[in-house]
Amino acid sequence: MIRVGVDVGGTNTDAVVMDGKKFLGGAKRSTTTDILTGVENAIKAALIEAKTASTRVDVLIIGTTHFVNALIQRTKLAQTGLIRMCLPSGSSILPFADWPKSLVDGMSGSYKLIKGGYEMDGSEITQLDHSELIGAAQELFDLGCKQVAISSVFATVRGDMEQEAFDVLSKAVPGISITLSKSIGGMGLLERENAAIINASLRPLAKEVVDSFQMLKENISLSCPMFFTRNDGTLIEASEVIELPVLTFACGPTNSMRGAAFLTGLKDALVVDIGGTTTDVGEVQDGFPRLAGTSVMVADVRTNFAMPDVISIGLGGGSIVNEKDTMSIGPISVGHDLPYKAKVFSGDTLTATDLAVAGGRCKVGEVMPPPINSLDKLLEIMDKMISDQVARARTSNKDIPVIAVGGGSVMMPSKVDGLKVICPPHNDLANAVGAAIAQVSGQVSRVVLLNDSINRDSAIKEVTDEATKLAVKRHADPKSISVLTVSDMPLSYLPGNNLLINVTVVGDLLMEEI
Amino acid sequence: MTIKKISYVDSKSINAIAIGGAVLGSGGGGDPYVGRLMTQQSMNESGGVNVIDIESLPDDALILPIAMMGAPTVMIEKFPSGNEFAQLIPMIEKMLTKPVSAILCIEAGGLNSTIPFAAASKLGLPIIDGDAMGRAFPELQMVTFTLGGISATPMAMVDEKGNGCNYETISNVWTEKLARAITIEMGGCAMCSLYPVSAKQCKDYLIKGSISLIHHIGSIIEKNGFKAYEILVQELNGKHLFKGRVRDVERRMEGGYNRGIVKLEGVDDFANREAKVDFQNEFLVATEGDNVLATTPDLICMFDANTGSPVTAETIKYGLAVNVLGLPCDPIWQSEKAIEMVGPRYFKYDIDYKPL
Repeated sequence: MIRVGVDVGGTNTDAVVMDGKKFLGGAKRSTTTDILTGVENAIKAALIEAKTASTRVDVLIIGTTHFVNALIQRTKLAQTGLIRMCLPSGSSILPFADWPKSLVDGMSGSYKLIKGGYEMDGSEITQLDHSELIGAAQELFDLGCKQVAISSVFATVRGDMEQEAFDVLSKAVPGISITLSKSIGGMGLLERENAAIINASLRPLAKEVVDSFQMLKENISLSCPMFFTRNDGTLIEASEVIELPVLTFACGPTNSMRGAAFLTGLKDALVVDIGGTTTDVGEVQDGFPRLAGTSVMVADVRTNFAMPDVISIGLGGGSIVNEKDTMSIGPISVGHDLPYKAKVFSGDTLTATDLAVAGGRCKVGEVMPPPINSLDKLLEIMDKMISDQVARARTSNKDIPVIAVGGGSVMMPSKVDGLKVICPPHNDLANAVGAAIAQVSGQVSRVVLLNDSINRDSAIKEVTDEATKLAVKRHADPKSISVLTVSDMPLSYLPGNNLLINVTVVGDLLMEEI
Repeated sequence: MTIKKISYVDSKSINAIAIGGAVLGSGGGGDPYVGRLMTQQSMNESGGVNVIDIESLPDDALILPIAMMGAPTVMIEKFPSGNEFAQLIPMIEKMLTKPVSAILCIEAGGLNSTIPFAAASKLGLPIIDGDAMGRAFPELQMVTFTLGGISATPMAMVDEKGNGCNYETISNVWTEKLARAITIEMGGCAMCSLYPVSAKQCKDYLIKGSISLIHHIGSIIEKNGFKAYEILVQELNGKHLFKGRVRDVERRMEGGYNRGIVKLEGVDDFANREAKVDFQNEFLVATEGDNVLATTPDLICMFDANTGSPVTAETIKYGLAVNVLGLPCDPIWQSEKAIEMVGPRYFKYDIDYKPL
């Protein structure tokens, strides 16, 4: 099966062509302001490198930073309102607390607090009042908020009230588009609600982006299905991206970590991705990135959706070196001007790449850099910047390898924080490889009543089978399904012995040959 | 040390109070984030809060400590209604047949360093520059007032629905028992007032100036980031106990407390050395081999070496580089009676308290 994987990054857009697990070819092109031209250039070049006709491609998989950039630049955000089901609790911290004002202004920022929500044990704080709900939604709608996010207290313990609100409003307020907090975030009302608001505000853009990628596919004669990559390294169908665009937010670092694991064949490792301007460090466990435990800041807003735990610093191949007073490297970078500005390309700026070449770590550029005073000291500073981040990204003192990927990976020393560094082939395209090999997931969350005929084990098996069916429906190869996570929690608010069971399975994508 | 007295706190300067409160939290006392947001909203609606000296009040003035009690997971899901304070104060006033003159912060560490400001702002009352711990401690009776034989009751509690109750107990142990049971029934979180005291009792047992102190500490961190610890050591007569990277965090839940040990591998000036810090909600004992670096009631505080922010025992993670500081506790905690109540032996460590 021929897969094309694409990763749209801030500086470069990468594309690779793979046949199953075999790397056929890839290319790196500059990211363009319209995004699509860069993607088209990269795909075309990769197909030529791979000597593959576009008609032979079975699937196109895209990882993109569109949505997170729209949020950071506050562009194309829809007018969005929020309904929080919480009263009489909740009024002491109102929605949008602690948001940057410019971002709130960019999306209306209207909200309504209504009766509803749950206690920690799942009992109701107050009953949902349908007419109050419809009135609140109608008022937001009339203010211009066609996008509405809905949150409820303890929706992570019980999601039924949010679902009920969705069903009621879908009928009562035609034209409204609803995001539920339970579909996105974890514990923490404010953070979950923030994630839901962000998602709602990005939906119209998501539709636009998906449509434009469909057009692009036609332009370059690709008639295969198209998927996007999620924050957790699995696939999401175009139709789902339109509903839940935030699920693709952090796919960049995820794809590079998954790609790094794939290219080395390692399941457990630390991954250092050095680009032109920044270095991302994360950890892969059992082939998937380790997720951040608590809240994650997205465009200065506290959220809590599942994102890989990545530490970023302003050090990359283009980082400008200050060899005089402060003896520091970065965070300012020459970015994509490296091939003109770095000393090894006869430019006038001393960059981190020049240090690596002068230190004999790699051969890059046209000329040797001029002698650098205190080169050893500067290399030591650079290595310390990397090893500090690696040390912070570790979760145990187990001796695991460090995989170096990205265009700047050649700068890496042979050991960091006492760990061995591995630099696999095609590592500069690791993120596009990560997109190309993305797997299909199936996640099911269900309450099961235990009795004589069904115990905890058989209940978990039942839910796992359901998740497997879902993954297979999403084109997973049934033979490749494995269980990624299982959790169960007893629910004390319902009569009888009830378990809330969550299961996620993953499997390899299986497309019918066209 | 000379700390600049503050006389007014608004929605901007409460930031410094929250950061300073996290430092005196000594690793415990809960996440001040929710408290800061509540207080900022309250101040945006009802204005800032005057901070006054206890000496400016007549001896018989009624001073009321306010605190939030409950499970951290509930506090981040179900926020108070904001009407709790307006209900709580009249309940106590009715019981004691006396108006409240000022609000007091019972614990100048963690979440409860900011909550009293939300109450004071809402009710238009001043706040006393002082507290009854000078840090955070895990149990209700561990306040300076207990040393003066002052009872925690009459205590009042209200929830976000409008339920309220007040009670008298025969001992502070019973207070703790009842408060816990009621908090659970109220949905896991309640706003309370306890240890109502007269200005005279405050004058004898209060740790004075702690609001100015946490504001000062927070401002130093806001201004100086990762270098702040050097200034704190100097100004607060503290000791830089260790700088190291977290190489292990052992955690266990024991008797409702978050207990454990943080192991540190030395870096920079402390290279090739190892230290460990024991915690039970708060950091209680720091040791290097057989050498005890600091123990409760002195404060053991950790700061993220990269950002300078205070680090709590709940969120500390493998790999983080930290500066560990020892800060001297208020002298009131150094008496024999006080050491029995909050010294290392109370927490089952077989060591004697030696002041920093």
